[in-house]
Amino acid sequence: MPDAREAVLSRIRSALADTSQADPAPGYAAIPRTYIRAGGLGPDGRIHQFKERLRDYDTNVVECSAAGVAQTIAETLRGHGQKKVIVAGGLSPEILPEGFAFIPEQEARVDDLNHCDGIVTVCTVAIAFTGTIVLTHGPGEGARRLTLLPDRHLCVVRADQIVETVPEAFQRLAPFATHPLTFISGPSATADIEMTRIRGVHGPRFLDVVLVR
Amino acid sequence: MSIRVGDSASAPSFQKAALPLLEDAQLRKNIRHATDVIQRKRGVVVTETADWQQLRSAGSAIKAHTMRYLDQYLLQFEKACTAAGGHVHWAADADDASRIVVGLVKQYGGNEVIKIKTMTSEEIGLNEALEQEGIRAHETDLAEVIIQLGGDTSSHIVAPALHKNRSQVREIFRERMNLPDLSDDPEELTAAARHYLRQKFLNVKIGVCGANFLVADTGSVSIVESEGNGRMCLTLPDVLISIAGIEKIVPAFQDLEVFLQLLPRSATGERMNPYNSLWTGVHAGDGPKHFHVVLLDNGRTRVLADPEARQTLHCIRCGACLNTCPVYRQTGGHAYGSSYSGPIGAILTPQLLDMRYGQSLPYASSLCGACYDVCPVKINIPEVLIHLRGRVVREQKSALDPEALAMKTAAMIFTSRRRFEAAQRLGRIGQWPLVSHGWMRNLPGMLGNWTRVRDLRALPSQTFRQWWKQRAKAARSGSKKKADHA
Repeated sequence: MPDAREAVLSRIRSALADTSQADPAPGYAAIPRTYIRAGGLGPDGRIHQFKERLRDYDTNVVECSAAGVAQTIAETLRGHGQKKVIVAGGLSPEILPEGFAFIPEQEARVDDLNHCDGIVTVCTVAIAFTGTIVLTHGPGEGARRLTLLPDRHLCVVRADQIVETVPEAFQRLAPFATHPLTFISGPSATADIEMTRIRGVHGPRFLDVVLVR
Repeated sequence: MSIRVGDSASAPSFQKAALPLLEDAQLRKNIRHATDVIQRKRGVVVTETADWQQLRSAGSAIKAHTMRYLDQYLLQFEKACTAAGGHVHWAADADDASRIVVGLVKQYGGNEVIKIKTMTSEEIGLNEALEQEGIRAHETDLAEVIIQLGGDTSSHIVAPALHKNRSQVREIFRERMNLPDLSDDPEELTAAARHYLRQKFLNVKIGVCGANFLVADTGSVSIVESEGNGRMCLTLPDVLISIAGIEKIVPAFQDLEVFLQLLPRSATGERMNPYNSLWTGVHAGDGPKHFHVVLLDNGRTRVLADPEARQTLHCIRCGACLNTCPVYRQTGGHAYGSSYSGPIGAILTPQLLDMRYGQSLPYASSLCGACYDVCPVKINIPEVLIHLRGRVVREQKSALDPEALAMKTAAMIFTSRRRFEAAQRLGRIGQWPLVSHGWMRNLPGMLGNWTRVRDLRALPSQTFRQWWKQRAKAARSGSKKKADHA
């Protein structure tokens, strides 16, 4: 409604009559940002913290070397008895193990997502301090619904993708700011009944992280 | 203008509404338990954040800055969101916003919507407006499902069903989901909700949500949640409609690095909540094909116009002030008669309503300041409460109101030493029929409101100044005596 737009804007302007209405840039630049930007942990400390925080929020973490990714994925999927597994479009095929009839995301209908045994993706950034993986939904990360409907999500995280702090993550995410972004910290959960954390409401109930060192 | 905040225009005063709630032992037990648990969790994750105070300061400064240039940032958001394929609508009040949403649902040929928990929807009474037009609204947040199926109203801005315990939830689900064998195990209750809602997520074509943050420089919208019901509503429907208060804007993408640290720790005591989603307009091949944002004023510009209370708009709706408030912890949220309860509700509701309703709310506080201590964006709620009490008296009460008259008289007496000392003398003489054993327990008339809930000490026989003068005199004569003996 164009008149509502004008009405709201003019009410804002008259409400702000006591302030100057110049360029906001200098004021924005003067905002004190004395909080911690870069973390102080080394690579090992960072990985240790990441694993600890993931486990704290019910995520299953498995470590492996770059050469062992495919095998580790195979073991993890077999360990949960997963057969019908969908993989994100654009995922590099060399990390996928032999012996599985992986379904490419492009061929999976909503019904397949709803009834499959799990999915495999990679991520863009991971945050140690909060135990978070961030998807920018580019190649290998799937459309948003891929990591939502299935009950089990396996995400491959490379050690060099892990940053310590949230501000460091935002720095790496800047080029992806207008992508759809999903921050995932553990499996879906709720605390709505007596503030008790219950795992698995609507998103995946299980999150596996394969950590490649 | 039809500015509404839930049903607060017809709600009884806080003091009246609180009385029956205080009698409900089960309710108080549920609230005490839930707020204790959440405060303990918050304490742990706030303590481990070494730069918590610096984050609060930054959050506060970003919000104060944004409010100062609100029109510019809103226009920047509108431009960026539109460029990314979104549609931006402006709503002056509750009716405006409901009309826009109803119109969009009809335009896309829908007769039902799935919803993420949104406080703005509750504020404007959207579900009722949709129902009137024959559109069914399905709440999908677990707590909102409990509230909707139980025919109840929300009592907390983050955990709306916090006043219900597990066996009460079981009763609601048993009856409304037709599950006679359901136990009261929270995991089983949660699984029942998962099953109940899955088909809705897959079939309903229109989603309605609020917004935690609007990002001006990118035109993005952010939703912070735990269950995944939010992601379902944001990504599965063809059409997504977001209703956002105009104060939800932040200048830049990077500013989220502050708020995404402050909000989860304050709201649910988590380092990061399970899911944060950000999207910008529409994304080809991923998510809704049509995206609409409704920017809602509904009284917010009135709050903005009061420089002393403007900080109310900095609120990021974490609910930490509710959990810590000694008043909220006794009464729960229903006593506040508004979608916004607790200390933040006590300052937000009456301001949105131009101080014409909710006038009892600024008094629903002991001014202990606990809310200020926990606020992640440092809103000085006690300061605003006092300011609003002043506004209630100045703007809403007649000059002949006994309280206003008493305050005026007190001001006249307190500004002159002579008058003040005369009043003290008069008080000491006049109080004798009311005092027993040094206490006043039953004052007459209006003053009885004070002694009904606490005793008042009698005025001492001597003021400090009198005592000081006397002491100095005694010391002088004492030293003179000493000198005589020498």
